[in-house]
Amino acid sequence: MRRTIFDDRLLPYLLLLPQLVVTAIFFLWPAAQALRASVERQDAFGLRTEFVWFENFTDLFADPLYLQAAWNTVIFSVCVTLIAMGLALLFAVLADREIRGRGVYRTLMIWPYAVAPAVAAVLWIFLFHPQIGLFGRMLNGAGVGWDYKLDGFQAMLVVILASAWKQVSYNFIFFLAGLQSIPRAVLEAAQIDGATPVRRFWTVVFPLLSPTTFFLLTVNIVYACFDTFGVIHALTQGGPGKATETLIYKVYVDGVVNLNLGSSSAQSVVLMAVVMLLTAIQFRYIERKVHY
Amino acid sequence: MASATTVAAKAEAVPVREPVDWVAHGILLLGVVLFALPIWIVISGSTYDPGTIGRGEVPLIPRANLSAYATILAEGAGTAGAAPVWRMLLNSALMAVLITVGKIAVSVLSAYAVAFFRFPGRMIAFWAIFITLMLPVEVRIIPTFEVMAGLGLINTMTGLTLPLIASATATLLFRQVFLAIPDELVEAARMDGAGPLRFLRDIVVPVSAANIAALSVILFVYGWNQYLWPLLVAADPKLDTVVIGIVKMIGTEANVDWTRVMATTVLALIPPVAVVVLMQRWFVKGLTEGEK
Repeated sequence: MRRTIFDDRLLPYLLLLPQLVVTAIFFLWPAAQALRASVERQDAFGLRTEFVWFENFTDLFADPLYLQAAWNTVIFSVCVTLIAMGLALLFAVLADREIRGRGVYRTLMIWPYAVAPAVAAVLWIFLFHPQIGLFGRMLNGAGVGWDYKLDGFQAMLVVILASAWKQVSYNFIFFLAGLQSIPRAVLEAAQIDGATPVRRFWTVVFPLLSPTTFFLLTVNIVYACFDTFGVIHALTQGGPGKATETLIYKVYVDGVVNLNLGSSSAQSVVLMAVVMLLTAIQFRYIERKVHY
Repeated sequence: MASATTVAAKAEAVPVREPVDWVAHGILLLGVVLFALPIWIVISGSTYDPGTIGRGEVPLIPRANLSAYATILAEGAGTAGAAPVWRMLLNSALMAVLITVGKIAVSVLSAYAVAFFRFPGRMIAFWAIFITLMLPVEVRIIPTFEVMAGLGLINTMTGLTLPLIASATATLLFRQVFLAIPDELVEAARMDGAGPLRFLRDIVVPVSAANIAALSVILFVYGWNQYLWPLLVAADPKLDTVVIGIVKMIGTEANVDWTRVMATTVLALIPPVAVVVLMQRWFVKGLTEGEK
């Protein structure tokens, strides 16, 4: 805690003003509106609004389409997280070794961080489009019957791969930083003990990386749940059918396209609860690690 | 993450040599190709005519033909009402820069208030800022849109940027940086008769320059890559960012000029990738020390 401080009365409020004004108008107020709208229902003409308690929520959880979107989100998030973290860990472990050209490898691994999710989706169109995509054509040539615009499973696969592809570099950066903070003496001790590289990794390195892994786990789930809207919008628009409709995509469709205010607000509130949970988990971890 | 002691220990330690370097190179190269392939396809494809791409011949050797770039810069998708790509790039750049500068200014000011002053309501202000972490745009789409419409911010550059400049992460990061500034420095400044604003300008901001640079890279990429927000608040093609522009060009995949899509994709990728690669050192530091 700081001992020396300035003692102006008005100045701190003035310094905080811009942040607080933006926060109040564009964050807190809309969130409060979402909470209110989630317990109300408008008639078909938007003339009368009625207080309905938790009816929007009970309707939501009874709606098979919503449950389908929730299930899609789980599958999608788990796959994106596992693929993005697994590949990143593999590359980071290899790039952390004393091998030639590792600086170059690192640069070539880091840059996809800069690719927007929607642009990642466009890039993957050129890989997996059934007619113009490099692999899409190969698959069709091999008689697989590849068309992610018709086949729900294939669509899910492509949005997962495109989303994971973009996230590998972020995880790579963190795993590499984590690996580099492991004292070399520990690794050498294990080496002198005669443990094989694979055994050394699982018994020494991986446990020491667990804070990084845990941090990345929450970040990746948040990414998969909330930041992949662009990938889905650009690649499949939630289709075919509703095969790639995640919770975020459904909020957008129900709110912006179908203009169903009550349901969209209830969905928003559910998502807020999810973000709060994830943020709380993440900050418990950071609080322990960071010294104020 | 890497503390000073481990860096020193690493410099002195004998490198841990592994015998399986070729396997490592092989896997890393595979990773590099995995990342680079889609980019190579769009670079190469952008030099061919749309007919070639449309027939599904995916050329992997670029020609010396950049006419597509001249075309898209001047006329964009070429359809009625479509914005030229130069305007999209300008919009993206403006959005990225305004968000970066705005977020940093607003966060530095509020972090300074929280770190260097004691005043009634300090904790309330801190929590009000913190809670924005849990309220991403994605979970409050409709009410935020209503606020924007009420304030007349739909289809304006102010609307695209202002609501995004509140930032809990940047504020928390700067607060941490500021708390590390030694009390002695504050005392010395006071002895010299420096007021709080002068201390902020002459000591705090210069001392935090490295953190500001690191965060700028991350925020520039964040601003450039926005998707859902511009999709919501800027329907006017005049305000299309380049990321939005590409997805609009693809549309429903009827009569798409794929060469134009590819060339636009290349142009959309260059600025953020260049920033990340050129400022790699700062960017990595900013990410791993700021935790997102």
